[in-house]
Amino acid sequence: MIISRSQSSNIMNFFVPIIAIVLTLITGSIIFLLLGFDPIYALYTFFISPISSSYGVSELLVKATPLALIAIGLAFCFKNNIYNIGAEGQLTMGAIFGGGIGILFHDTNAFWLLPLMIFAGAIGGALWGLIPAFLKTKFNTNEILTSLMLVYVALFILDFLVVGPWKDPNGFSFPKSRAFSESGRMPLLFDGLRVHFGLIVTLFLIFVSWFVFSKTMFGFQLKVSGFSPKAARYAGFNQTTLIFLAFGICGAFAGIAGLSEVSGPIGLLYRDISPNYGFTAIIVAFLGRLHPVGIIFASLIIALTYLGAEDAQLFLQIPSAVGFIFQGLVLFYLLGAELLINYKLTFKRT
Amino acid sequence: MSIELIIGILEIILIATTPLVFAGIGELVTEKSGVLNLGVEGMMLVGAVTAFVTLVITGSYFLAFFISILSGIVMSGLFAILVLFLMSNQIATGLALTIFGIGLSSMLGKEYIGTPIDGLSPWLFVIFSFVIVFLISYFFYKTKMGLILRAVGESHNSAHALGYSVIKIRFLSILFGGSMCALAGSYISICYAPMWQEGMTAGRGWIALALVVFATWKPERVLIGAYIFGGVTILQMNLQALGLRFPGQFFSMAPYIATIIVLVLISSNRLRIKLSAPASLTIPFYKGR
Repeated sequence: MIISRSQSSNIMNFFVPIIAIVLTLITGSIIFLLLGFDPIYALYTFFISPISSSYGVSELLVKATPLALIAIGLAFCFKNNIYNIGAEGQLTMGAIFGGGIGILFHDTNAFWLLPLMIFAGAIGGALWGLIPAFLKTKFNTNEILTSLMLVYVALFILDFLVVGPWKDPNGFSFPKSRAFSESGRMPLLFDGLRVHFGLIVTLFLIFVSWFVFSKTMFGFQLKVSGFSPKAARYAGFNQTTLIFLAFGICGAFAGIAGLSEVSGPIGLLYRDISPNYGFTAIIVAFLGRLHPVGIIFASLIIALTYLGAEDAQLFLQIPSAVGFIFQGLVLFYLLGAELLINYKLTFKRT
Repeated sequence: MSIELIIGILEIILIATTPLVFAGIGELVTEKSGVLNLGVEGMMLVGAVTAFVTLVITGSYFLAFFISILSGIVMSGLFAILVLFLMSNQIATGLALTIFGIGLSSMLGKEYIGTPIDGLSPWLFVIFSFVIVFLISYFFYKTKMGLILRAVGESHNSAHALGYSVIKIRFLSILFGGSMCALAGSYISICYAPMWQEGMTAGRGWIALALVVFATWKPERVLIGAYIFGGVTILQMNLQALGLRFPGQFFSMAPYIATIIVLVLISSNRLRIKLSAPASLTIPFYKGR
């Protein structure tokens, strides 16, 4: 028998992600077993060996950086039940705006270049995010569909730029742009490792978001509107402003994440700048319970599925798409287990 | 422009639009019962890959479509268990289904990229797509079961009070939606473009979702909407082939921008959306309340 709780359970809120991860690992072992692998060895290859060196840990942080940054941006939207699922497009637009500055100043070495690129990336992402916000508030369109359609539009714009006007004149007609100058790149944090300054930017923005969520009126309004739209209306919160702010912030964060990818590990613009970070970050946001600390942990776990999938392809010849299967599974289990937060199970008849 | 060319273009429009009709009508039935399933794209991909792989292994078209539709039922059944029995958030669960479907389809199809098959003639399916729309329309507005399904989507508490099993009706509607999405996917990998390629449905699942809004939840209008979208897509490809000097990427964007414009036109009349949308859409049903 399922009984509604009068108050959602805080303990369960903490345990549900852990339950989801454990169930995913169990299901994963069964999948590996069916594919004919020793599940212990396969899980070791997938989840332990990728991070058993300093290089591996650095790669984990490289992948977790954009995921965490986009996910904390998405939290601004999801807390208020605004379903922005077009972060991939906002990321792409950020990379185009910021990367465009990098290409324009490809032979300039100056301290202001990187900050300018980050700023342009934020603007690009925010502008792209504000389109669905405008359409939703002005024309009542469903933001799920419009934000998603804009992902495809952004990807085609990037494709057009790197095979057309922004193509590297000395690039043997490969679809890629010029390389950014040294001062347009994210500084590396350690010699010989790829983890870069984008991590610091991300941690800073997560801290700022934590402050906004827990200490400001805006954060409070977001939370109230999410829990009870009616209460928010009675309190006189302006829903239009909240929608614009949430989409703008989320877009800006995703844009910075895109820029930090192209000026971090990549160093130029080309077609495939993101392995679906914008979509995967949705899982990170839910797995992290929309909480800054939760999102940091969730981004590390989901980043591990990317690394593990690469290793599994290399050492076990399992297609790397198995990473997406794990990501889908963890979200399934999480959503299913959320039942325990708002309902309790009993064996008594009521 | 010669008559042959025009007929040729019309034929291509019919062939290209059919999967949108299948997926759109399937999702419409699901939404009419009050459930929003955003997993259309994922179910289409898994449907496409299972049909293709089955055909390569067994050589039987019948088995290919059978297994594919079975995959749609399993995928949507997974979704149904989560949203109906565990009362999970429908939007997030649908997204999970799509992500899971992308992963599962690329994993199952890895060995089969580039494998040649003999495609099946699409015309039977084209005809079936028209038939199914009119069958669904008849079902909704002329049969008692159809009325009950709509009642469940409008007010599940009233339907429950009258003694109808809300959960069972929703479960069946979700399964129907899943099998139609799988059919759309298998049509793409076996009739439309006989091959398998990762992500080959190319966002059609999302356009199908937009179609339901466009149709203001009326079956015949799904057909009209699908043909407007299909027509725009094929016309832009033909203009491109005629050698219009314009970067191809801007043509490729056209269907997505058209979707946004159509959504704006349809949604800006708030009253119409409010009157047409099933009133219980995305609201979970819990008996104890």
